[in-house]
Amino acid sequence: MKKLVFFLLSAILISNISVAQRYITKSGHIKFFSSTPVEDIEAHNRTVQMALDSKTGDVVFKVLMKSFQFEKALMQEHFNENYVESHKYPNSTFQGKVTGIDKVDFSKPGEYKVQVEGTLTIHGVSNEISKEGAITVKEDGIHTGSVFMVSPADYDIEIPAPVRKNIAKEIEVTVDCDLKKL
Amino acid sequence: MNKFRLLLTLMLAVPFFSLAQDDLMGLLDEDTEPKTEYTYASFKSTRIINGHSIENPAEGVLQFVVSHHFGRINQGFYDLFGLDQATVKLDFQYGVTDRLAIGLGRSSYQKTFDGFVKYKILRQSIGEQIMPLSLSYVAGMDLNSLKWQYPERDNHFSSRISYFHQLLLARKFSDNLTLQLTPSLIHKNLVEAKADENDLLALGVGGRYKITQRLTLNAEYFYRFTQQVSTEYYNVLSVGVDIETGGHVFQLHLTNAQPMFERGFITETTGKWADGDIYFGFNINRVFTLKKPKEFRD
Repeated sequence: MKKLVFFLLSAILISNISVAQRYITKSGHIKFFSSTPVEDIEAHNRTVQMALDSKTGDVVFKVLMKSFQFEKALMQEHFNENYVESHKYPNSTFQGKVTGIDKVDFSKPGEYKVQVEGTLTIHGVSNEISKEGAITVKEDGIHTGSVFMVSPADYDIEIPAPVRKNIAKEIEVTVDCDLKKL
Repeated sequence: MNKFRLLLTLMLAVPFFSLAQDDLMGLLDEDTEPKTEYTYASFKSTRIINGHSIENPAEGVLQFVVSHHFGRINQGFYDLFGLDQATVKLDFQYGVTDRLAIGLGRSSYQKTFDGFVKYKILRQSIGEQIMPLSLSYVAGMDLNSLKWQYPERDNHFSSRISYFHQLLLARKFSDNLTLQLTPSLIHKNLVEAKADENDLLALGVGGRYKITQRLTLNAEYFYRFTQQVSTEYYNVLSVGVDIETGGHVFQLHLTNAQPMFERGFITETTGKWADGDIYFGFNINRVFTLKKPKEFRD
């Protein structure tokens, strides 16, 4: 019986240790940028939620679409109302894995290039993606960054003919999140 | 005992590993919903047709509206169903804050200048703070700048001025349907005859129904509780569509009112639908961001 108690205790302890390997932020930054000869459109979201498990490499994002801020208020309204339909699909999510997380030494400051694979869900449509990114280990946490292209058409975001020249077919997404140890 | 231990190990370990990622997402779930979520895009424009809608220009945004009402359709082919004649209004609205807007306009009808202040008192919302409807208050005045009809009389400048007060009560019932009630009070400093009232009460009913993402059907009606006796006027009924093209909103409508300011279309509508006194008109809305949001300031 003593052994069982010891085992239970260590099981609880182990799970506690693995929980401590997590990094989190609720104020990450994602920018998107659409560039066409007609106009450039840029929007920022500074309430991005992201968590990373440094042991398993699991990574998740949750982005409240309404929090994207545009330069033009009307554009922001159209983005929410007509394009991503924020009232129906309030959040975009990413759920995936950093491949080769073991190569990142979370105890040693420095930048590590990584590959991230997983499911990106925007506008209720999920696609498997694989993108490059970087994890920068710092004294007080980590920074994760990535720049990649997303095509609205892949997520059933319809762009009507009159504005087709104003909105790029491929939108550049920049991830820039500072995470703290949980 | 060994078997029991193995089972226990599995029970503890399996859920932990398989749920690790869901767990991670669980960490994020908590405060992802905003505390109070305000309804937006109840109407595509700041006007339903002639009258104010619950929408305001956002902070730092200048909204420029060019409005036309052509002549009466029943004038027939000679006037190309009214297209040969037009009254025009230029309307500037500016969002001082997201809740406070000011506006200035000039109509060719009676060479009228008008101005208003519009404030969002309540905003329909869900979440922490639940508000079933939106309420705005609009106060405005207009100034008829036509030459005096009887210059030989003792004319006062104040006679040119009228005032209006409106409450806008709106609710966006669904993504597609928004309805609005608009109790209105109009005060005329000078009335046409002694028997006429200076203060006139009316109730507006309006709404929109979204047919597609970029096309809405709109209607608006003002019922007058106070009738003017010296001249026969009619209640204004307007129907139209809003077409949103990205940068612009085009509003096309049919209405029995020629004027495009509150005193005019609520209390001095001369057209009668049944007689075909219908005016075809449009508003073209264009916005300019004069003050950028914080994020975009250098």
